[in-house]
Amino acid sequence: MSSVRAAAPWTPDEMMTVTAARMLWNGCVCFVGIGLPSAAANLARLLHAPQIVLIYESGTIGTRPEVLPLSIGDGELADTAAAVVPLPEIFAYWLQGGRIDVGFLGAAQVDRFGNLNSTVIGPYARPKVRLPGAGGAPEIAAHARQVFVVLKQSARSFVPKLDFVSSAGFLDGGGARGRSGAPGAGPQAIITDYGVLRPQPGTEEFALVARYEGVDPADAVRATGWPLAVAERLEVIAPPTTVELEALRALHARTQTAHSRPVELPV
Amino acid sequence: MPIVTLREAIEAHVRDGDAVALEGFTHLIPFAAGQEIIRQGRRRLHLIRMTPDLVYDQMVGAGCARALTFSWGGNPGVGSAHRIREAIEAGWPQPLEVCEHSHAGMAAGYVAGAARLPFGVLRGYLGTDLARHNPAIRSVECPYTGERLATVPALNPDVTILHAQKADRSGNVLISGILGAQKEAGLAARKLLVTVEEVVEDLAAPMNAVVLPHWVITAVACVPGGAWPSYARGYYPRDNAFYIAWDEISRDRQRFTDWIARYVHGTPDFAGFLARLRADGGLA
Repeated sequence: MSSVRAAAPWTPDEMMTVTAARMLWNGCVCFVGIGLPSAAANLARLLHAPQIVLIYESGTIGTRPEVLPLSIGDGELADTAAAVVPLPEIFAYWLQGGRIDVGFLGAAQVDRFGNLNSTVIGPYARPKVRLPGAGGAPEIAAHARQVFVVLKQSARSFVPKLDFVSSAGFLDGGGARGRSGAPGAGPQAIITDYGVLRPQPGTEEFALVARYEGVDPADAVRATGWPLAVAERLEVIAPPTTVELEALRALHARTQTAHSRPVELPV
Repeated sequence: MPIVTLREAIEAHVRDGDAVALEGFTHLIPFAAGQEIIRQGRRRLHLIRMTPDLVYDQMVGAGCARALTFSWGGNPGVGSAHRIREAIEAGWPQPLEVCEHSHAGMAAGYVAGAARLPFGVLRGYLGTDLARHNPAIRSVECPYTGERLATVPALNPDVTILHAQKADRSGNVLISGILGAQKEAGLAARKLLVTVEEVVEDLAAPMNAVVLPHWVITAVACVPGGAWPSYARGYYPRDNAFYIAWDEISRDRQRFTDWIARYVHGTPDFAGFLARLRADGGLA
């Protein structure tokens, strides 16, 4: 089952990126991960949020890259930053210090309470697939005032039970996160290729609350490994505007050109 | 503090079985030093690094390591570190014991190590399975507030190896740009080796710049290009194309082994390695 609407003149990635970018506001302090979150945060900066503060865990604060970084520590991030600080500072003073509005995370798997796995598929001691690991995510998930998760929906990625909890969402729901001492409010949105899921009051279980144009919510339910609840009044997310699409495509084109530019071997 | 060749520095200061940290977060990764350790056939190392990427993929695949302490392991922006994955998933070329943290936890461990405290403390690992699988992650009750806080043991490598832009003739080292945990990992170590792009008369370091003074450094070696394919700000950019090419080179045991044989064991030093790559058109 594919969520790709054959007729749509944009890709699911573009729809997700634009939707995520719209959630970021001008002046927001955003802790950014590589990939789609980085594209969304920079698209927001280029459009409606010119004063957004982008922080990457490599220590770059207030960075304004011309092209998207391939790695979390590309030179472009340092060269365009307001400040570059040591990595232990980023985690201790800036993240744990409570200065981050939004943390933006991806993962391999998510469960109904927004807990994330980026560590292993299968048992930890004998993994079927060893994933890169948690990196900065456990403390981003704990400390950012709120977290947005970006992940394509499928029965393999939206699972009833995680093989490993790398980063905490609402734990077992029903207020468990609040009792855990985590300072941040936790995941407030999961942006997928069908629409947006949000935690429900009380249970803290994620439900589909908004869908893209042309999406049948029954398909979103089928692409979920737990019985996904669908809001009675499902919001329809406006398609990408020409301005949004042009800015995003120009950003990706600049990035592509920069990353394929041959580099002379040193010496 | 002598300025020596990289070969001499590794011969004299890295022993089989050592706990060795090569730090540098995407920037200034000491690739030349990692390859010299492979060339000299070091074994049973406990490798420590926040982000084991290509440099440890090479060392693990070449059989240098028995254990890995880390917080994120992959090929940044590209995908898996295939050699590390195969060591963990299939025990090839030998099993790899893992000690896994988050970035914040590892950073706290280096900070404690540099301060010669027994452990680092953080409000971390909340609700995760990391503490369940890593017995080194524990907790302590704050004596002032009663809050339960996570602890990680200090990281004190036998040897930390860094790459930096410049040293002066006395061996003082200047680092600029993205730092990662270089300073903390350097000061946490029993021995600190540094490779640099160039040796200059005067560092001309701005006030508050990151300078490691010669008397905390065990040896400095001048290795131009020594962070390639990562980058050295002010000298050369990151070779993203090589990171992408590494995905193919490292995916297959035999292709990887042939690559190490030709480019690392088959060359006398890092200058020879770069010369052979250049002769082969850059990407091998």
